[in-house]
Amino acid sequence: MSNLPTPKPPIDPAIAVYWSAAAEGRLVLPTCTDCGLVHWYPRPFCPDCSSRNIVWTDSDGDGEIYSFTITRRGQGVYRDSSPYVLAYVELDEGPRVLSNIVDADLETLAIGQRVSATFDIVPDEDAALLRFHPT
Amino acid sequence: MSIRGAAHIAGVYEHPGRHLPDTSLALIHAEVAIGALADAGLTVGDVDAYFCAGDAPGFGGISFAEYLGIDNVSYTDTTETGGSSYLIHVGHAAAAIAAGKCRVALITLAGKPRTGGRRPGGSGNVSTAPEFGFETVYGTSVLGLYALAAQRHMYEFGTTSEQLAEIKVAASLHAQHNPRAFLPNPVTIEEVVESPLVSDPLHRLDSCVITDGGGALVVVHPDIAKDLARHTIPVLGHGEALKHLDAGRIDLTHTGASASGPRAFAEAGVTPADIDYASIYDSFTITVLETIEDLGFCAKGQGGVFVSEGGLVAPHGRLPFNTDGGGLCNNHPANRGGMTKVVEAVRQLRGEAHAAVQVPDCELAVAHGTGGSIATRMGSATLVLGRGEG
Repeated sequence: MSNLPTPKPPIDPAIAVYWSAAAEGRLVLPTCTDCGLVHWYPRPFCPDCSSRNIVWTDSDGDGEIYSFTITRRGQGVYRDSSPYVLAYVELDEGPRVLSNIVDADLETLAIGQRVSATFDIVPDEDAALLRFHPT
Repeated sequence: MSIRGAAHIAGVYEHPGRHLPDTSLALIHAEVAIGALADAGLTVGDVDAYFCAGDAPGFGGISFAEYLGIDNVSYTDTTETGGSSYLIHVGHAAAAIAAGKCRVALITLAGKPRTGGRRPGGSGNVSTAPEFGFETVYGTSVLGLYALAAQRHMYEFGTTSEQLAEIKVAASLHAQHNPRAFLPNPVTIEEVVESPLVSDPLHRLDSCVITDGGGALVVVHPDIAKDLARHTIPVLGHGEALKHLDAGRIDLTHTGASASGPRAFAEAGVTPADIDYASIYDSFTITVLETIEDLGFCAKGQGGVFVSEGGLVAPHGRLPFNTDGGGLCNNHPANRGGMTKVVEAVRQLRGEAHAAVQVPDCELAVAHGTGGSIATRMGSATLVLGRGEG
């Protein structure tokens, strides 16, 4: 668990399997069995070929920082969390995922840095937020 | 079918206010509408088409048509693509006029972000947006997302904070000649890079201003333009595009301008080298940098060098831009800079920009709009406008 807020995401029942896996500390990625695309953010169909044949493949949650910013002035529920890191992580499976980098040295944070998934439980929900920490 | 020359911008108006606590949203829309119609030499009774975006008061375009007293709307369009909406409206109005659906189209924008209006952020504020649970929950902000694009551009091309600052400096040099500019004083590169970091690598002065206000445009059939005393501006080309995460393949170093720009230039039958003046959407300095590359005014990755060589400074830079001071210094009403981009391009083509920044013999201009976030999903719109016959 990080110290960042865990606002409740809207849970679309069609992708509840993603959120349930996250609550168990597992990253699963929506994968099209017709064209092979691993897409992000999750949908119950393929945004390349429109197939409904989506399976949820297990991911190690490893990747590298594609871009990042240190937010100096948070807003809303993040008002008291600054500074914190917002980043795109490019998963080893391909998709670029927007998230936070936690437990990082802000002075040495860099594009290309290797990171790995961690999950923050959302209270009272069968869900957790996917975040990343340096490896 | 092409819209080249099928419609003219006959009237423009920018609200003089930047802080309007006692004027309602609907009244600002009405004041800019009446102002643009008066500029054209037309009245509300001449209007047969109304275009607006999500900032319109009430129910789509219907509440405002009633409020202003537009009685014969034969065509309406409420395309909502954030700050680029109003440039898209110009293109759609020209297409509708060319198709014979209407002859006098009114486009309005207004907002009050300084005095209690809604915040910027597009879908970031909408919990029914499918991306909400995968983005907004991580503490996104408008500036933070643009900062992600800036960081990646720096990584890939060696762009520096000082180069981004040059864009603010150029805008401020122009704004000093605009008595209505919200930030009327020139700033230096040092002042920009020494202003507080809000989201690395973007500083407070890399950002646009937050102002109340609005603007309006009147787009008419060429036969109507011919009978007006006012100098009207032919719409030569229009391009629009939507760019988004593309299932996770997003590239942060380019914007939707790389698609909308070529469409507009092709329709107009011109190239970027032909352009005398450009209004470039400037929510942040990085927005300008990526856009001038995407529109083909310089090669991808060379934007930093281009701006450092004074490329954007009027009247004699290679691409004089945002001579009113732009969103960075003058005015960014409703957190949407697209309307004022068209207004200043029309001023330049009419020869009515401030003398200190008027581009000599300005014959061809571009107005470009960006809506949403270049780091997630955005609407992009490019217009090519001609001088016509004054």
